[in-house]
Amino acid sequence: MFSKVLIANRGAIARRVVRACHELGISSVVVYSDADGEAPYLAEASETVHLPGNAAPDTYLNQDLLLQAIKNSGSDAVHPGYGFLSEHAGFAQAVVDAGVAFIGPDPKWLTAMGDKVAARETMQAQGFPVFAGSQAIADVSEALAEAERIGYPIMLKPSGGGGGMGMQRVDSAEQLENSFFQAQAIASQAFSNAAVYLEKFLSAPRHIEYQVLADNHGNAMHVYERDCSVQRRHQKLIEESPAPDIDPAVLSEVADQAVVACQALGYNNVGTLETMYDQSGSSGFLEMNTRIQVEHGVTEMVTGLDLVQTQIDLAAGGQLPTKPARNGVAIEARLYAEDPDTLLPSTGKLNRFVVPELHSVRVETGFTEGQVVSPYYDPLLAKVIAYADTRELAIGRLVVALKAIEVQGIRTNAPLLIRILGSEAFLSGNVDTELLLRI
Amino acid sequence: MARHDVESEVTGNVWKIQLEVGASVAEGDVIMILESMKMEIPVEAPAAGTLAEILVAEEDQVEEEQVVAVIEG
Repeated sequence: MFSKVLIANRGAIARRVVRACHELGISSVVVYSDADGEAPYLAEASETVHLPGNAAPDTYLNQDLLLQAIKNSGSDAVHPGYGFLSEHAGFAQAVVDAGVAFIGPDPKWLTAMGDKVAARETMQAQGFPVFAGSQAIADVSEALAEAERIGYPIMLKPSGGGGGMGMQRVDSAEQLENSFFQAQAIASQAFSNAAVYLEKFLSAPRHIEYQVLADNHGNAMHVYERDCSVQRRHQKLIEESPAPDIDPAVLSEVADQAVVACQALGYNNVGTLETMYDQSGSSGFLEMNTRIQVEHGVTEMVTGLDLVQTQIDLAAGGQLPTKPARNGVAIEARLYAEDPDTLLPSTGKLNRFVVPELHSVRVETGFTEGQVVSPYYDPLLAKVIAYADTRELAIGRLVVALKAIEVQGIRTNAPLLIRILGSEAFLSGNVDTELLLRI
Repeated sequence: MARHDVESEVTGNVWKIQLEVGASVAEGDVIMILESMKMEIPVEAPAAGTLAEILVAEEDQVEEEQVVAVIEG
């Protein structure tokens, strides 16, 4: 096992990894920018390293500074969290080359899954279901031919992207001709990669993802699915496990296909296969995330398995744990620092931030009362996860928790979350990516 | 001639300025794009007219309700 883990991240996930390290009896090193100097997990970590400045390229994306901190602190492993450098193959390789363990898969998987077109082909070759789509496309005539083959409407997506950025729906050849160059420009600007590709457009699909674990000895397993359909601007708002109102046998079959694919590929550590599930009941690969997910806590609550501890143990060469059973229902709501109506970011000092202890509710936050929520990073203030034997009760507990959390000084999306959780559409389990438009 | 202050709706920094002083704008035209919490937030002209002043530069930090430009029209 490792003796000291440097956490190349911030906020709720940094704190979560500090906790896992502590539980495993491993020292933790937390890095922090100017704006994060008051974060509560600085005191919880064994050591801290200041990264001067605020902007991500100067701090949490600054590979030189991070590699220096790894060396100076004598860390023997790095946990990249999610976002920032977590899926950056170059950083992972630099860590490995420095003789330090990267708590994630072999860097080659970050490269392989970072290219969305190649990732889909890789998974398709392993028998994992995919929806109709194209290769990376360089010119508009090729795009028109491929769109004709797939059939309109289609989605135009950046190949180097992910997380829903830069995607657009295209309904006709005329629209494709008009959109193609703009899409290339956006892809080039956002991901330094102008390649775009086409996929069949699905009407109101569900977003279902499968959590996979694999050790370095050729063993892989899944710990079930999560439904992350409730989104706004392609960003997840509410996640739950099990996925409501879908035949468990259907989900189990895809989960098994995910395991078979990962095992055949020799994938290691944790990963998530994101899929779309359409109204007709078929699934298709969306992308694979080669890191811990924001919503990993949902799976932890229904399985009792600590995914972060497991991830660290697997990176240290440990064997896969026994596959846990799944019991009950866990639902997570992402509390964002943003205006519930305009959805614009809301920054400022947390004059009051009180998170009560509630039965079967877990709250993950990187903030504490008195701290300033800055504009430099993502707007996640807290993840609130409720557990119960039934979905109805889990929803009830989650709503109570969201109402009980006191926040003053900034605005949050709590009213929006409460409205979603109380809506007929959500309660019925009839969730999809367009749910927000219906309530 | 009426002067219209153009305000930032968020605290963040100026990512890109799209127009130059003297440009004629229609209501809703994007004058600049701000960045806050990893989101791009366009600042739109509240009224038609001429862009008389731009009070910030790219990479400047701005506060919520700060006047970032002035339109005359």
